[in-house]
Parts: sequence; structure tokens; C-alpha cells
Amino acid sequence: MTDVALPAADRAKEPSVYVTPAWKLTWLRFTKHKLGVVCLWIVVLIGLMAIMPEFFSVADPNVTAARLAYIPPQGVRIFHDGHLTRPFVYGVEGQRNQRTLKMEWVQDTDVRLPVRLFARGYAYKLFGIIPTDRHLIGFGTADQPVTANILGTDRLGRDQWSRLMYGTRISLSIGLVAVLISTVLGIVLGGISGYLGGWVDNLIQRLIDLLQAIPAIPVWLALSAALPRTWPVTWVYLAITVILALLGWTRLAREVRGRFLSLREEDFVTAARLVGASQSRIIFSHMVPSFASHIIAAVTLAVPLMILNETFLSFLGLGMRPPAISWGVMLQEAQNLQSVVNAPWLLIPGVFVIITVLALNILGDGLRDAADPYSH
Amino acid sequence: MPQTPTATDGQTASVAGGALGAPERRAAPAARDGTPPLLSVRDLKTYFELDDGTVKAVDGVSFDVMPGEVLGIVGESGCGKSITMKSILRLVAKPGRIVGGQILYRPDPHGRAGGSGGEIDLTKLRKDGRRIRNIRGGEIALIPQEPMASFSPLHTIGEQIVEAIRLHQDVSKSEARAMAIERLREVGVPSPEQRVDAYSWQLSGGLRQRAIIAMALSCHPKLLVADEPTTAIDVTTQAQVLSLLRDLQAEHGSSIIFITHDLGVIAQVADRVVVMYLGRVMERGPVDDIFHAPKHPYTKALLRSVPSMDTEPRVALPTIEGSIPHPLHKPTGCPFHPRCPEAIPGLCDVKVPALRPKESEQPVACFLYHREVEGE
Amino acid sequence: MHWFIIKRLLLLPFLLLIFSIVSFALIQAPPGDFLTSYVAELAAGGTSIDQVEIEALRARYGLDQPIYVQYGRWVGNLLRGDLGISLEWRRPNSELIGERLVLTLVLTTFSLLFTWAVAIPIGIFSATRQYSLLDYLFTILNYIGLATPNFMLALVLMWVAFDKFGVTVTGLFSPQFLDAPWSWARVGDLMSHIWLPMIVLGVAGTAQIARVVRANLLDELSKPYTEMARAKGLPEWRLVIKYPTRVAIAPVVSTLGWYFPQLLSGGLVVSVVMSLPTIGPLLLRALVGQDMYLAGTIILIFCMLAVLGALVSDILLVVLDPRIKLESA
Repeated sequence: MTDVALPAADRAKEPSVYVTPAWKLTWLRFTKHKLGVVCLWIVVLIGLMAIMPEFFSVADPNVTAARLAYIPPQGVRIFHDGHLTRPFVYGVEGQRNQRTLKMEWVQDTDVRLPVRLFARGYAYKLFGIIPTDRHLIGFGTADQPVTANILGTDRLGRDQWSRLMYGTRISLSIGLVAVLISTVLGIVLGGISGYLGGWVDNLIQRLIDLLQAIPAIPVWLALSAALPRTWPVTWVYLAITVILALLGWTRLAREVRGRFLSLREEDFVTAARLVGASQSRIIFSHMVPSFASHIIAAVTLAVPLMILNETFLSFLGLGMRPPAISWGVMLQEAQNLQSVVNAPWLLIPGVFVIITVLALNILGDGLRDAADPYSH
Repeated sequence: MPQTPTATDGQTASVAGGALGAPERRAAPAARDGTPPLLSVRDLKTYFELDDGTVKAVDGVSFDVMPGEVLGIVGESGCGKSITMKSILRLVAKPGRIVGGQILYRPDPHGRAGGSGGEIDLTKLRKDGRRIRNIRGGEIALIPQEPMASFSPLHTIGEQIVEAIRLHQDVSKSEARAMAIERLREVGVPSPEQRVDAYSWQLSGGLRQRAIIAMALSCHPKLLVADEPTTAIDVTTQAQVLSLLRDLQAEHGSSIIFITHDLGVIAQVADRVVVMYLGRVMERGPVDDIFHAPKHPYTKALLRSVPSMDTEPRVALPTIEGSIPHPLHKPTGCPFHPRCPEAIPGLCDVKVPALRPKESEQPVACFLYHREVEGE
Repeated sequence: MHWFIIKRLLLLPFLLLIFSIVSFALIQAPPGDFLTSYVAELAAGGTSIDQVEIEALRARYGLDQPIYVQYGRWVGNLLRGDLGISLEWRRPNSELIGERLVLTLVLTTFSLLFTWAVAIPIGIFSATRQYSLLDYLFTILNYIGLATPNFMLALVLMWVAFDKFGVTVTGLFSPQFLDAPWSWARVGDLMSHIWLPMIVLGVAGTAQIARVVRANLLDELSKPYTEMARAKGLPEWRLVIKYPTRVAIAPVVSTLGWYFPQLLSGGLVVSVVMSLPTIGPLLLRALVGQDMYLAGTIILIFCMLAVLGALVSDILLVVLDPRIKLESA
């Protein structure tokens, strides 16, 4: 029998097969998703804000000044008289309305406060250790720094921009920590359920059914209403993350279990079993790597949900409480029509919530599609 | 050494294990007696415009289907045989598009009923228009690859057959139902009165395939396009389905285009054969000539890689060296030249051979036999 | 009836038991009881109350009994149809909950129907016109819908309505119908108010379900039976609606299992912002004021409603998908 073959010499020329690791393939596929990459950068930026809000803020977020309440956003401008100039902020002047006795703020286009980068401001400790007074931006000149509120001030005259930066830290980290707790719960319980099967699986699945059938917000409300009012901020913070995670793990557990079940039937797992690989080797070197990227995607998609949930709870007054600053706590200031009509800029934290959740969702979807080897 | 399959009793030739029974000697029906072909495919080109480039799935394919004959189209996966079938039915989905050529359908070979000689160019019809829809199912019917998935799981097979009947024939629901039962009986479905109300997933693989054939035959089509109808079922059932198809064809006098990668099946059912590779016809001719006197090196290689009664036991079958090139990176010149043992350097890798001689029974696209270049 | 549904029905009493324990545990969790917070509230308001009187009240409401006795009394009363008395309002809970529960259900049902009526056509359109301009537009709108907290949407819409049109779109009734007995005029008034909360509440779910429909339908459209239907000569729209859409929509019904609880949850927040007379604000007030029996009863009602929603979705699924019917038979 002869080969219907190429000459042997030609065969040697065939390039050796280069095997790309799975995560690299996932990453390559992900980078093709332009919007996903943009969202990744947005998430990185928001992450930086959460890590060092002091650097990004311009004023101490807890300093109140009743006199400066409800200043509308001053905004950063680059055009003056139709000319492009370096970024600046117009000054504002307060005038008390003689009839309503309300303070009315008017923009003074004669006063231009230049925006400076890495300006000196109030002193703080970066990452809690490095003492410094440098901030990303400052207003006025180096000799004569002035305050300006690019996103306006709230009822107590606190600078919204700075509060937003600090709020990012709590809102984002609550989402992350709550998801981490639920991920651990989800992976452990979902993994047990999917791998063991039988009555254990049944029990865990019924528990998940039960938890998913419960309307989450009323239960969260009841749980957080149970937190003593006297607790310090950190305790409340931890308690809220645990409360959120308590109902939040079910989706991830389902995901993990589903993966386990389908992987258990996959040919490569059967093959590994047939060549005599040990149980733990099958799980850790064959099964886990093949769904790790799915878990990352699922986690990315779970974080925005948690952020929204924290916002709901704090907005209703049963989540984080002042003096803690989170986006939900800030939005509490805009709880009724009256305050929104008076100071629409109080809704700006909501815009931050939307951008963050949007970016995380698109990022998560991009990762999930990229992680699926069959999607393209 | 290459084997030419020897003739065995064609009628009982087993296809079990892919063993190749040589073709049964049959008079090619309506050979060259002046009857025009039922369907003429002329230089058909179906391209897929992808982001990364154009895939020329079908690139200048020509063949005729005579009334009452079985035409086999054979080739490896990805050679464009299924796209050819979809082009005939005008089922090519975006981003695919027929970019050139003709598909001439002559419903009435003697031009009795049709005014303009009864010739319709299917490529000129609107893709979802009324005319092609009347032809689809009514005159040219499809027997699909996967009988399991080709019935909707939420509708009974009866509902789906009745629908096909009533689309093309003006009958009442109960008449159509009676016809559906009759068709099911005809294809050998036991107790069709009950099976007509079954869901496809309640039937065995063989019965499902029979039900699909019943649906395809429900409107007495002139042409059946069978797209690898036997790949998804087991070998014994396969043989039954094949003989059923041939009986039905003899009874109704319809033509069949039989698409498969299995030469054994081709030998069993086809009158004439078209050999395709990478979207082009390599060779075509009467089944005996193709099997006993193959010309194209590709055809020869294909035949050698099939076990026959004379193959020595326990000896590795020859394979075709190399693999099918990526559809986006087709070789220049003759598409088969990189894998061809007889390729002529400086010719085969530069120029594309035409399918010649044009009027011959067995034209071949290979420079070993002529020097006519495609498009000149 | 199918065995599968009967099993579900048999589970109901068991679920009621679990939910009642959970609800009771939840309202018992805060330190102290209603009277502690009542006293604190009075003290904050500058008045004080006699210790003897407090003890008398405590005994009257059974708050001095061990917890399991309190639970037993509560559940026993519930089984007899007595929802208990609100400590704060000093009125029977059934009176407080009654109309609010009806309005909650009306709002939830309307949002659900709105969601399906909008999400399913969008999903079908997006899947059949994949990568078209409108498909992209819908995808972007879906992302925004998912990312917008519903109270935010409510606030913005209310603000726009007030700022641009000078109307206040809060509540579910005009003032003259607020405490009026039910009549057709009152129903009409309700309808003229309910559409905004309905949309606000339904937006997030619409985005989610449109995505589910789109993804399912894309899967189904690429299945051989769709092509087979096309090969039979069926007109495109008829076949899309009859075959793949039918298959793609069946699982949408099962989203009711999680969507109904989500609507109940979301309705709570929207109601607070838009001052809707539904059960949500009542629960919030009861939780803050430790009006435990009222809060517990409302949570229990919420849970049972959610479970009933899941049951309805299971029944619908059986009706829509013959595979389930025959497999469980």
C-alpha cells in the first residue's frame, strides 16, 4: 500500500504546532471586542478611584458648610468667549433671594479659576500610609488655591465630586466583597452539588430553589433593619456584604453546577478518567481550568448586581448609613421629587451607578463570549 | 497498490463498515436521448463575505440532473456540496450569496404546460418570494441531514406533514391528514394512524428518517435533494433507508440529488456521480466509469481510501495526505495540487484546469488529460 | 392534572411552614421589640410613658412570652385567617394590607404584561435582524435598561414631567379618588395613573427578557427544523413565528419564576419613590418601627406570592412544551 502522499521532504516543512494556553486565547478573543476593551478601561479607572479616592477628590467629603449648600455644578470648561483655553472653572456668587430667602447661585463669567494638575490640597494618607497633600486637580493658582465644586454641593454644602470619589470605594468594594463571599459559597456548594450528585445535589438544589423564590429586597430590608443602629460603620459594612451574599450565591452555584455536570460528560474528562488520572487531578487540572474563565465572567456579571442592590438598600435608608459615604447613601438626598426639582445634580451619583454597572455588564458579557471556545 | 473495486452483487452490497460495494449496472435513465435535463447547474458561484475575507464555498460548479436519475455528489466535508444543495433550494443564509451562474429548472421537459419552454432560472427568483416558495417543498424537496433536529419538538410530525401538504395542494385539513397517513404508510412507518400524532422525539432514528422522507414526498416533488440523509443513523437502518429511497424513486419517477461523503452509499444509489473538492467539480461521469476508470488523482485517492472486499485485512488503508486547506487560504491553481501526487510543478500551482471535454460523458478538471485553463 | 404539578402543590404547605419560620425569625432578629422602639420614639418626641403601662402593653401583645409561644400564636392566628394587629397603627393588619395588596398585585401584573408585550417582539426582531442597526440600538437600550436602578428612572421621569409639563406624577389615584370606595370611575383613575410606575418597574425586566428571547431564538433559528420548514416553502415570517419562536418563548414563561419575585422587590422601591399606596412603603415603615407582626405577615405574603408565581410558570411551561408533559407522565 502506498500513500497518496506528499513527498516526505515536504512534510518536514510543516510548522510545528504551537499550543496557545486557553486564557491567552480567551484574552485574544476578548480584545477583538472593542466596546469590551473600552469598558475594561472604564472599570480600571473606577477601580483607581476606589483605591485612592483622596487623590481624586478636591475637598474633604465630610466637611459641611451650610452656607455653601446646593451650589449647582460648576463644570470644567475649555472654551471662553469662543476660544479654546486651558481648562478652567467659572466662579460662582451666592445671592439671597429677598422674597424666598433662598440662596441662589449665579455663575460669574468674569472669574476664571484655572484647573491645575497635581495641586496641593488638604492633607491625607495615600493608601492609609503615605502622608501627602497632592490631589489630581486643584483650582486657582498655586499661591491662591480656591475651592470649586465641579459637580455642585449637597444639602450640607459638601462637595459632590469628592463625596462621589469616596462613595466609589464603598459601593465598588461592597459589590466585590459580597460577590467574593457568594463566589466561595457558590463554588463550594455548586461544586459539591454538581460533582457528588445524588441526594446532596437534590438538597442543595431545593435550597437554591427556595432562596431564589424569595423576593430579595424585602428580606434584605428585614435583615438590615435588624442591624443595631449603634453599630460602627465597619460592622454595618461587613454585615451588609454578608446579607447581600446570603441570597446572592445561588446564581453562581447554579452556574458552577451546570459546568460541572456538562464537563463530567465531556470526552476529555472521560479520557482523563480512562487513562487513570486521579480524582483530584481530574478536577483541578482538567475541569477547573476549563471553567475558570466562565467563573470570572460570571463574577464580573454578578458585581454590578450587587452594586445595584447596595444602592437600593442604602437609598431606602436600610443599607449603609451616614457618615459612611456610598452612592446609595448619596442618592438618599434625592429621595423625593422636591429635592430633585430643587437640585437635580443630586442625581449625579446615579449616573455613576449606571456607568459602572453598564461597563461591568458589557465587560462581563465580553469575557463570557470570549471564554466560550464554541462561540466563534 | 491502488485497488479498483471489483463488481459484487450490487443489489445486496453491504455498506456496513463503509465496505464498498461496486455500483450496480443500471441503464442510465433518459441518457442522451434528447430529453433536456430536469435541472442544470451552470457555473454556480456561492460566496460568503466574512470579515476576514471571502470564502468561495461554491466556485463555478456545473452539472445536470436528468429526469428520473439519481445524481450523487461526493466530496470531503467542506467541499461545498451542502452549499450547492442550499443554493438550489435558495436557502443560503447571510453572509452567503449566489454571486454568479445559473440554476435552470425545467419542471416540464416537453414544454407542454409551461409557456416559455418551462425553464426557470432559480438564481433569478426572489429569495423569499412566492415563486421559489412554491417550488420549494412542492417540486424540489429536501431530505435533511439530521432527522432528529429537522422536526420541531413542539409540533407532532402529523401537523408538520399536513402543513407541507396544505402549502402546495388545495385540500382540507382532514384530507391532508389522510394523505399524511398514506405517505407514512408508504415509507414503511408501522401503524401510521397513531404515529401521525407522535412527536419526533418519540420515534426511533430510523422511523424519524422515514417520517422526514414521507414529508419530503408529501407533494410528489420532481426532484429530491438528499443531504447526507444516512449519516446520522446506524448502518442497518441506513441500508433500509437507501433501498426505500430507491424504491420510492422508481415508483414516482422523481430525480434525486444525493449528497454524501460516503462512496459506498454513492455506489449503491447513484446513476451518475459528481466529485467535488474545495467548491469545484473535479470530475463527473456515470457511476461505473467513476468507480472503474477514475481519471482525476483526487477521485483515485478517494477510492483508494475506501476499504473494499479485496482490501487485504489488517493493513492500514491509504489516506489522502495533508488536510483540506483553510477556506480563506485556498491554494492558487488547481485546488488539489498541494495534496496531489501527480501535480505538475509550474502548471498545476499556477493555473486552474477547466472541466473538459465539455461534451464528454466523463469530463475532468485536470491538466494530466488536457491543457484547457478555466475561464479561457 | 399532571403529577409534576400535583407534587408542586403538595409542597406548598411545607413551603408555608418554612417561610413562616423565616419571616418570624427575621422580625425577631432586631434587638428589643416594638415597645422598646416605641418608647425610644416617644422619648425622642419629648414625651415619656409609664413603665407600668409599657408592661401592660407588653403583656397584652404577648411580647413577654417565650419566642416559640409568640410564633405559635402568630401562625395559629394566620391559619384561622387572622393576620393579627398592627402594633403601631393599632388596627387589624388585614385592614392595612387589604387594598394595598390588591394594588401591589395589579401593578405587578401590569408590569409583567408590559414586559412580555415589549420584550418578546424586541427579542424576535433583534434575532431575525441580527447585526442590523435596530438590533444594535436595542442591545444598547437593553444594557442601559439593565444598568438603571428603577428608582433613578422614576425620579428622572417625575422630574421631567414636573419640570417640562408641570404635572406631579406620584401616587396611583387623583386626590378625589384617594379614599373613595371602588367604582368604575376609580378604576379608570387608577388606569390613568398606573402606566408610569408600570413602565418604570418593567424596564429592567424588559431588558433581561428581550436578551433571553433574542439568544434563545438565535439558537433555534440555526436549528435544522427551521431550515426544514423553509425548505417546505413556508413564508419566512409565518415559519419564524410558528416554529423557532414557539420553541424560544417556552423558556421565557419559566422566567416568571425569578421575574415575579424581582417585580415584587422592585415595586417596593418604586412605590417608596413614587408614593404609591402599595404594600412596599407599609413594609418599610413596619420594619423601621419594628411593627413585627405587620412586617412578618407582609414578608410571608411576599414569599407566598413569589412561590405562587413560580407555580403558575411551571403550569404554563407544561402547557407550552409537550416534552415535559410526556416525560413526567
